[in-house]
Amino acid sequence: MAHSGLSFESDMQELIIQDLHVSIADQEIIRGLSLSVPRGEVHAIMGPNGSGKSTLAKVLAGHPDYIVTAGSVTMDGENILELEPDERARRGLFLAFQYPSEIPGVTIANFLRAAVQSRMPEGEELEATDYYAQLYKKMDLLEMDRSFTSRSVNEGFSGGEKKRNEILQMALLEPKYAVLDETDSGLDIDALKVVSKGVNSLRGPDLGVLLITHYQRLLNYIVPDRVHVMVRGRIEMSGGKDLALQLEEKGYDWVKDDIDEPTLA
Amino acid sequence: MSNPSALLEEIAETALAPGRILGGGAARNEDLPAWFREQQSAAWTEFQTLPMPALKDQAWRFSNVQALDLAPYTLPVSLSDRAERDLLERSTELSEIAGRLVFADDHFLERDVLSEKLRAAGVIFQPLERAMIEHEDLFRRHFMTQPATLGSAKFAALHQALVRSGTFLYVPRGIEVELPLETFHWLHSENVAIFPHTLLVAEEFSKVTLVEHFRSADRSRAGFSCGVNDLVVGPGAKVNYVCTQDWSDRALGIQINATTVARDASAFNLYLNLGGKFSRLESLSRLIGEGGRSDMLAVSVGDGAQEFDARTLQDHACAHTYSDLLFKNALYDRARTTFGGLIRVEPHAHFTDAYQKVRNLLLSDDAEANSMPGLEILADNVKCSHGATSGQLDEEQMFYLLARGISAAVARELLVGGFLTEVLERLPAPALIVRLEELIADKFARRSR
Ligand SMILES: Nc1ncnc2c1ncn2[C@@H]1O[C@H](COP(=O)(O)OP(=O)(O)O)[C@@H](O)[C@H]1O
Ligand SMILES: [Mg+2]
Repeated sequence: MAHSGLSFESDMQELIIQDLHVSIADQEIIRGLSLSVPRGEVHAIMGPNGSGKSTLAKVLAGHPDYIVTAGSVTMDGENILELEPDERARRGLFLAFQYPSEIPGVTIANFLRAAVQSRMPEGEELEATDYYAQLYKKMDLLEMDRSFTSRSVNEGFSGGEKKRNEILQMALLEPKYAVLDETDSGLDIDALKVVSKGVNSLRGPDLGVLLITHYQRLLNYIVPDRVHVMVRGRIEMSGGKDLALQLEEKGYDWVKDDIDEPTLA
Repeated sequence: MSNPSALLEEIAETALAPGRILGGGAARNEDLPAWFREQQSAAWTEFQTLPMPALKDQAWRFSNVQALDLAPYTLPVSLSDRAERDLLERSTELSEIAGRLVFADDHFLERDVLSEKLRAAGVIFQPLERAMIEHEDLFRRHFMTQPATLGSAKFAALHQALVRSGTFLYVPRGIEVELPLETFHWLHSENVAIFPHTLLVAEEFSKVTLVEHFRSADRSRAGFSCGVNDLVVGPGAKVNYVCTQDWSDRALGIQINATTVARDASAFNLYLNLGGKFSRLESLSRLIGEGGRSDMLAVSVGDGAQEFDARTLQDHACAHTYSDLLFKNALYDRARTTFGGLIRVEPHAHFTDAYQKVRNLLLSDDAEANSMPGLEILADNVKCSHGATSGQLDEEQMFYLLARGISAAVARELLVGGFLTEVLERLPAPALIVRLEELIADKFARRSR
């Protein structure tokens, strides 16, 4: 990898997945996956439907349905698999969901306030005016109307509004690592541009991004440092940003054909 | 029995089960008018005649009739000045009101005066014992005229026999009272029994909002409240009635409501149930004029071994009427609820719309919700629907909140609050909604301590 040989300290500033195996309902979905995302970089994961991309994203965030049978995940040197989902998030991990939940009766304002409050020291109260100032700034960035904050979380949102809402949360919570699961799906070109602009504005030396996508299109707007191809629960190929173009041209079968995989009869 | 002092003697002798409920009540109602005491005497006889509810009674199915043992309770004695001052100080929920009455152990403590303008307009907002003297005709025309038909006839009789104070609210024709009126009923002494009464009469095209708060002075004390609230909504009038019940978790509460909705009138009832060991609400909406509308709402949050028992009747006695009931219960620990509700569309009440929806959120494996919705339709061209469901917190919603760093406890609060919001939001009074949400948040905070 390009990063071997960096100092100890920057070695620690990485999200490292090693030989991860994940099952659900006795079926192994992630089958020995290894990947490292240093802070400051954007890594894209591309792969056909059903290859386990969302499973990976949810396992990183700590979804209780998935069982990690082997492997490790460390964030800046800390094993996060032992942590509850909310602890992982407070340590700086963020997941933009492929299918964000709708939560009737809970307003965006209250929801985000609870999320911001959860990151403050015990006994310290969030200052309302500061909070709203921050929130409105991020909303402007994503070209969101102020009235948005009084709507229930994702309820009755269009596909595009849901994805914008995910990036709004990312902007507000300022994670160290963000996993964006198909944040481009269901977006028209204008919405895609807005969302990409939002993500790009958050890029910087303190943030590592794992960008999961099915299509190459998104990578024209959010240009990755590395591209990984995931097939059947494993990273089968890694390369620079040009790999995405190659994939677009040749299709996933090209990768699959390349895999020397014993097939089960 | 027409001699009022005989009533008191008889009460003192006969008593309830073992009778301590009446122990302190000797001189209780001597200051009230004779006609009133005669009615009390008759009610007392009725109370004694009627049987105690039993589980086999349909109206008490699934209920905890053991909770109805009245033996421990006594009638109130007077409060110390200090206790009165303390409770008066604590008697503020809404910041902007048109008036406030405060009662503790059935003693009337204070009135925050109605504005001169409202009084000049003929609005009456008085303790019962004054109203029955100063406005006898008006009072007698409406006082205890609705029979309790949902199971608690015996308790309605007990209430009438022992009621001593409460609220009389009268809004004359065409008068709109913009700000809400507020009342407090405090249970103060250990094992005290109180009989809060509310009679609200809204004349033609008037408009008023009344918010009542049922509280215990000390959350560790037991007590018994046996209340009646009757709402008479005249033609074209609009009434919002909100009752926030937050008794101590050792209290027994029975509340009997009858709402009568005339032509083109609209009644909005919302009961927020947070406290009480066992509390029962019987709520009847009678739609007696075309274009009448009744919204019956309730939110209950139970934990520990709390029980909430609700029995309702949406009685459509006239064509072209509308009723909509939405009750939501969030139940922790071993909390239980029972809902028994009937929509009755009487013959000739054609073109009626009647809806009834009960939603239970079970937050523990030991929580229990029993629902008995019912329909009785005797007219044509009627739109009715009813349904009761129970469910748990949605795990994906929970994960979504956790994934944002929100702790499991706070996430649960948000989701339960969100579940209840649908009911609160129906209330056409945003400032009130905020206050109700705060009361619910207080209950959550109490839980997490
Ligand atoms: N909750 C679940 N229960 C059962 N199977 C699941 C579950 N989640 C994912 N899978 C299976 O795991 C595989 C990978 O799914 P997913 O991670 O969603 O793939 P991708 O995001 O790459 O399209 C699929 O075969 C899917 O059916
Ligand atoms: Mg997916």
